[in-house]
Amino acid sequence: MNGHARTFAMFALVAVLIVGTGMVQSWNSALLILNMGLVSAVMSLGVNLQWGFAGLFNVGVMGFVALGGLSVVLVSMPPVGEAWAAGGTRILAGLALGAASIAAAAMTWKRAPRRWRGWAVAAILIVGFILYRMVLSPAVDAVESVNSASTGYLGGLGLPVLLAWPVGGLLAAGAAWIIGKTALGLRSDYLAIATLGIAEIVIAVLKNEDWLARGVKNVIGLPRPVPYEVDLQRDADFVARAGEWGLDATTASTLYVKAGYGILFAAVLAVVLVLAQLALNSPWGRMMRAIRDNETAARAMGKDVTGRHLQVFILGSAICGMAGAMMTTLDGQLTPSSYQPLRYTFLIWVMVIVGGSGNNYGAVIGGFLIWFLWVQVEPMGQALMGFVTSGLSDGALKAHLLGSVQHMRLLTMGVVLLLVLRFSPRGLLPER
Amino acid sequence: MDLLNAFVALSNFVLIPAIAYGCQLALGALGVTLVYGILRFSNFAHGDTMAFGTMVAILVTWGLQGLGVSLGPLPTALLAIPFGIAGCALLLLATDRVVFRFYRAQKVVPVILVIVSMGVMFVYNGLTRLVIGPDSRTFGDGARYLMNARQFRELTGLSEPLVIRSTQAITVVTAVVVVAALFWFLNRTRTGKSMRAYSDNEDLALLSGIDPERVVRVTWLLVACLATIAGVLYGLDKTFMPFTYFQLLLPIFAAAIVGGLGSPLGAIAGGFVIAFSEVGITYAWKKVLTYLLPEPLEPDGLVQLLATDYKFAVSFMILVVVLLFRPTGLFRGKSV
Repeated sequence: MNGHARTFAMFALVAVLIVGTGMVQSWNSALLILNMGLVSAVMSLGVNLQWGFAGLFNVGVMGFVALGGLSVVLVSMPPVGEAWAAGGTRILAGLALGAASIAAAAMTWKRAPRRWRGWAVAAILIVGFILYRMVLSPAVDAVESVNSASTGYLGGLGLPVLLAWPVGGLLAAGAAWIIGKTALGLRSDYLAIATLGIAEIVIAVLKNEDWLARGVKNVIGLPRPVPYEVDLQRDADFVARAGEWGLDATTASTLYVKAGYGILFAAVLAVVLVLAQLALNSPWGRMMRAIRDNETAARAMGKDVTGRHLQVFILGSAICGMAGAMMTTLDGQLTPSSYQPLRYTFLIWVMVIVGGSGNNYGAVIGGFLIWFLWVQVEPMGQALMGFVTSGLSDGALKAHLLGSVQHMRLLTMGVVLLLVLRFSPRGLLPER
Repeated sequence: MDLLNAFVALSNFVLIPAIAYGCQLALGALGVTLVYGILRFSNFAHGDTMAFGTMVAILVTWGLQGLGVSLGPLPTALLAIPFGIAGCALLLLATDRVVFRFYRAQKVVPVILVIVSMGVMFVYNGLTRLVIGPDSRTFGDGARYLMNARQFRELTGLSEPLVIRSTQAITVVTAVVVVAALFWFLNRTRTGKSMRAYSDNEDLALLSGIDPERVVRVTWLLVACLATIAGVLYGLDKTFMPFTYFQLLLPIFAAAIVGGLGSPLGAIAGGFVIAFSEVGITYAWKKVLTYLLPEPLEPDGLVQLLATDYKFAVSFMILVVVLLFRPTGLFRGKSV
């Protein structure tokens, strides 16, 4: 099979799987898989940009995804006026002070004479940190005590939620710029550890800084870009039209909402995919691959390797951030404690590797297939385990075996990744 | 001003916990650094290797407890460690045979091996959760305290009590013994010397007749010992939970890199640097300062630099500072 036929066959396979889920299980779960598959595909396009195009090893995807989620809160939630009055400006001042002292330290390091610059930088940082805490802490306490059961945070800007998607990308891009400035140009495994660390820090900030997004108290009821089910069910027009299709109002409304998300996500995926494809085949994409394949030769040809790496690292992270914003919009809530590296970093990597690193269509296919597997392994495992244990008498062992089925997911993902790496290291749709 | 009480408070809340934690990190980092030195890749599955070895040890501990076997004041888990090591070693050798050997023969670039180790990490993680579940498990028994608050007060008459948990003492003693044995092995025995030779210069080592597969096997055995012991000690001292062990990956890597990847001495130093900074920065210093400062200067707040949840941020900051200013680590590890 040549490349095009193979790509087509893979997309057909994904369509069959999703439609099959719709026929066998329910259309609601099929649409759920489709929606998260679309989000996963966008994420894996972002990682593919970094790894497939440029060979950058980023295992901090979770952090960028979470920043995207934060942007939804910051953009779309209504501002809490009382909290802003209690200490909003002071918090902003504190943050500005912190940023200023870091900038001052960096400037001193660059400009001051070698002899005493180490001490000067240390002094600036220590004094800066103390001042920062002195300004910030009282304001944080004030904000968090404003009606802490329902708000206790500054709220957002009250803008349309769709605006949060590009903003999520920008937020992630900003974080990527900071990491890239420090960690790019180091060895590949150091970049990996650094990104792993930054992702944990982002999650720690989300969990602890209650004034920002309520921490582990979660922000629920985020605004939606699609109508609410209850409103649709009350709408006589909608109910009548659902009746024409032979659906009851409840099912029709849930399907309608999910399909609405699906169309929005598909539009984003299409735009990102077209752009990524154009980038891949442009002179810029060829240069990226040249740098990936032989850094020394590319440098000798006068290419700015570190600069290009920084560029592609920021772009890929921005795409992950946007996908994170999309996902949080779909969930309708931001729950920092639900971000787990195995699910949000390493699973995306499985998608990219299985799909075929360096091939955009491969990344998309990987996103869909692995997400499908991730969702369906549990019922399949349940059925299998039920069959295996059907001969066993009821007891602790049987209960344990049946209860542990949910952990089959991780095992399956690991085995799939290892099998693909061993027998088809270039993935399902190899790079051309 | 009360220096003695301040020192006791400092030991109680900072020095002793940090030393115990540092020992656990050092043992973990030694495993990472050995894999890096011999097999030349960063093993992302190390945290889950620790979890697996610990899980086997826990299961055996429960079995022994069920049989009524006990070590008196010492935790029964110490008896189970050899079983844990054996289980872990079997798993690691099987993984090497089925997974890593293929890539070694192909001489792939290190980053591919890192990705492969990600797959291995998923599998180990799934295995551990499949067998023992994702919840936290306690398996310690025996005496809880080497010295409790009352004993210390009666002994010294100081108002500030010094509490030493027996798990902390066991951690330190075990870690010292294990590290001494490891260094003896690496520096004095023929096999250990061949491992160091292989790590320093692979081609030269091959020329002088060292069997690379044997070196790799011995490395995995050592890693199994170190990972299981580190894991059991951490589990006894705190608690066993698969996800926590996965998260230990970050401080362990930070320790290994800060010390210099591939340098055993560096791994130990790095472990303590990370442990002391994590505990020091997330500890509320109010108590110690209250003893040290004259009354008018006593702090109002907790004087906690960062909330406890930011401990990962601490390992990360140290890592970044070291990488920026001394990329090969404190002890000049490899930088290939």
